[in-house]
Parts: sequence; C-alpha cells; structure tokens
Amino acid sequence: MVTRGSGDSVTGGPEMVTRGVGDGVTGGPEMVTRGVGDGGADGLKAARETDELERAREAEKLEAAREIAGAVPDPELPMVTLADLGILRRVTAEDGRVVVTITPTYSGCPALLEMAHDLRYRLARAGFADVIVRTELAPAWSSDQITSEGRAKLHAAGLAPPHPSRPNAGRRGPVPLPLTMALPQFVACPRCGSLDTERTAAFGPTACTALFRCGTCREPFEYVKDI
Amino acid sequence: MTDDDDFAAYQSLAEETEDHRWAFGTGFSDPLEGIDTAVSAGVDAEALAAYCAALGDDALIYSHRLQQWVTRMPELEEETALANIALDLLGQARMLLSRAGQAEGAGRDEDRLAFFRTEGEFRNVRLVEPADADFAELAGRLLIFSAWRLALFAELTGSADPVLAAIAGKAVKELTYHRDYASLWVIRLGDGTALSHARMQAALAVIWPLFDELFRADAVAARLPGVAADPAGLRAEVDGVLDAVLGAATLDRPDGAPLAAVAGQAGREGVHTEAMGYVLAELQSVARSYPDATW
Repeated sequence: MVTRGSGDSVTGGPEMVTRGVGDGVTGGPEMVTRGVGDGGADGLKAARETDELERAREAEKLEAAREIAGAVPDPELPMVTLADLGILRRVTAEDGRVVVTITPTYSGCPALLEMAHDLRYRLARAGFADVIVRTELAPAWSSDQITSEGRAKLHAAGLAPPHPSRPNAGRRGPVPLPLTMALPQFVACPRCGSLDTERTAAFGPTACTALFRCGTCREPFEYVKDI
Repeated sequence: MTDDDDFAAYQSLAEETEDHRWAFGTGFSDPLEGIDTAVSAGVDAEALAAYCAALGDDALIYSHRLQQWVTRMPELEEETALANIALDLLGQARMLLSRAGQAEGAGRDEDRLAFFRTEGEFRNVRLVEPADADFAELAGRLLIFSAWRLALFAELTGSADPVLAAIAGKAVKELTYHRDYASLWVIRLGDGTALSHARMQAALAVIWPLFDELFRADAVAARLPGVAADPAGLRAEVDGVLDAVLGAATLDRPDGAPLAAVAGQAGREGVHTEAMGYVLAELQSVARSYPDATW
C-alpha cells in the first residue's frame, strides 16, 4: 500500500530527513538548488551526463520529498504525522514538480488546509519550490489506515487509538440499527489500561475523536473514532 | 523532526501572504481542488449540477440551523456534538456545491452558490428549514434527516458520477454516526420520563408533515439514470430505521397529513416554507453587504 509505504519511510526520523535534503536536492529544472555537498561537485556534474544517474537523482529527491511530507505533523493531533494517520496517500513527481496527494479524514475537516500549507512550507524550506497538493476523496479515509506506529504514538500521548472499523456496521441487514453509537464495547484507558471506561461525549474537540472517562483512574481521555 | 517542528504550522500561516481561508470572502480553497472533475460522457451535466446543488443545499441549510444551536445546548458535550455534525454537513455542502458549479460550467464556485442565490433558487427539502423549538425537535429532525440522507448517500456511493460517488463514500461514514447520535437521544427522551416522552411525541408531530416530501418524485433525479437515486426507493430503509428507533423509544409514528406542495412544487422545485427567508437572511447578509470583503 502506498500509505503503508510512506509511513515506513518516515521511520528513519530526523537524520534521514536531513540527509535527504542535503544530498538529494541538488538542483533540477524546477527545484531550488540548496545544500549541495562541499566535495565532489565536479564529479557530480560529470555524472549528470548520464540519464541513469539523473533518474537515480530524481528518485532520491522524490524520496527526500516523501520523507518530508510524511513527517508533517497533523494540525489537530500533533503527536502523529500525516503518514502515521494515513492521510498522506502518495508523493509523486510530475514535470519536475512534486505532487503530494492527501485525503481528508472528515468532509468538513478544517485541518486539511493547514496540512496543505504546512506541506508546501516544509517542502519549500527543503528546496522544493514548486509543490502541488492534491486532495483525493476515494477511497474514503478510514481509521484503519492509521499505521501501527501512529497508534503507538497516539497511545503514548494519552489518546486511545481506534478499534478496527466496521464498514456500514448495522446499516444493512435484518436489524437496521444496533443502537450502540457505533462504538466498540471496550475502550481501554490509555493511562492505566483499565477497561472500565465510559463514553462521556460522542464527539470530542475534533471531528475524529470522542470523549471517554476511565472508571479506575478517573482520568478523561479522547478516543480516536473508528470509521 | 527538526527543532522548530512545533511551530512550523504557525510559521506557514504567518508567512503566507495570501492566507485566506476562514470564511466567505476569504477565498477558501476549492474543496475539490486536484480532483478529476470532468463530467462523464452521457451524463446530463445541467441535471448533475442541479442535483448536486440540491443535495448541497440540504446540507448547507441544515448545517446552518444546527450551528444556531451552538451556545444554546443543554450541555457542553452535546454542543460539541452538534457543532461537529454541522461541520460534517458543511463539508459535504462545500464539496457538493463545488461539484454543482463545475458541472454547470458557468464559473460559479461554492461561495457564489451559497451566498448569492435567492430563496427560489435553493433546492433543499423543506424539512431542514424550520428552527427547532426545543431539544426534542432537534433530536427528531436530526434522526429523520440523517436516516434519510444516509439511505440516499448509500445509494449514491454507486453513482456513475465518480465525484458524487466519492463524496457519498465519505458522507456515509459521517451520517451513520449522526444517525446513531440522534437515535440515542430520541430513545432516551421517548423512553424517559412522562414529560420527556410527551415532548418527544409532540416534537415528532411537528416535524412529520415534512417527512413525505423526502420521497417525492424528483424531475432532476429522473434525468440522471445511474447517477442519481430514486427518492421513492429510499422509503423502505428509512421507514425501517424509524420504526426500530420509535419502537425502542416507545413513541408512536405520527399520522398527521403531509405538508402539501404548492401547485405541485415543494423544496426541490424552489418553493420553501416561511422559515427559509430568515435562514438565508442570516446566512447571506454579510456576504451580500460586503461582496468584495476579505479578512
């Protein structure tokens, strides 16, 4: 999966991003030259004559852009990145420009625009001046696309990660309504692990969360809704 | 992450000079930006524009009505819920009105359609127009609206128009949640105290005259075979859901007469209730007073 792939590419962390920028973004028709290494500039120039090396360099640049895009934090849930959330669908190159494709979590998600701005800003800072951010609606985002690393980060930050979604749970079939608020029966407290929790509100401070309270440690917490 | 990651999001806001995004007149970016929006051959583009506008109008007007509840809800948690539901619907409205503008091909964007059409040009069903008199009416109307819209959008996930199908694909997840939320309140109120039961029952009686209109034949939909859903075909599912909820809520299905169409015309034909003008006045007045304003 593309999403999974872009998620994995982020796991390198800061060093990978830095290295990618330093070595990878060495010019190109539409990309700002920046951070070219000190040594070997002549060698690079010579090697550039061959198409194969050129292609390799483009691929490396794209990989650098992918890492930067994947590392952009979510505006509402800054403990996870766009790649962690599965919001980043793919990073491709078109006519020398970087095309970043993202998908909204919810139709009215106001964070989508912040993400686009942040993507352009960070990529520009790394030398990718001409960036197109595309929105993709289908297939619709699902909380299942949150990576396992993303789930771990959510948990570490005190949010309960989503259970597996149940597409159209209860919508069809003999009993049209489960009347369970489409929530899993047991949501473990991310602080103490207790299953003695209750939902206090169907919607939290953002469209993608609901509010819970732990009956054991008494702490309130957010649950990332499964959709 | 780099050192200033925490602030990068804010820096990007500060440094962007054309940072217009929050409301009307601010050049809010096209919600369908970057999506292939060509209308397929064989699809009646004019009808598609009208159909998407009508579905967008349902969401826009109802979202505005729900927003009017904000600061007036009995509890903060419910207020958050309503605001989130209104936000989902606003997002649906933006995408649908954008789609309508593209299919129309006359250069009208979502803002133009939302703020600069007259009452008679809106095509929303009348169910979404009246203000709710109390929380019971809110819960009842939200239940009926979301049960109907969920059934409708579930059909549209198979629409021959890929953009409409994609919008519907996102919306069904949201609407399922909205419907469950409303169902729980209707049941809690209906199967609650004698007073809450009586008020919930009375609220249903107020809303019910606008129920039948949801399933009226739609001339625009009829021009879009494979693209639009037949309104009458949604009735069985909606009835099934409402029967299940009302049964659990110990409420009776009202038997009042439906609100008649005027000379055969109702919301989908641009004939609205008295409440509609007031909604639009509030929704559109700033945009119309300061059509060139940005902030």
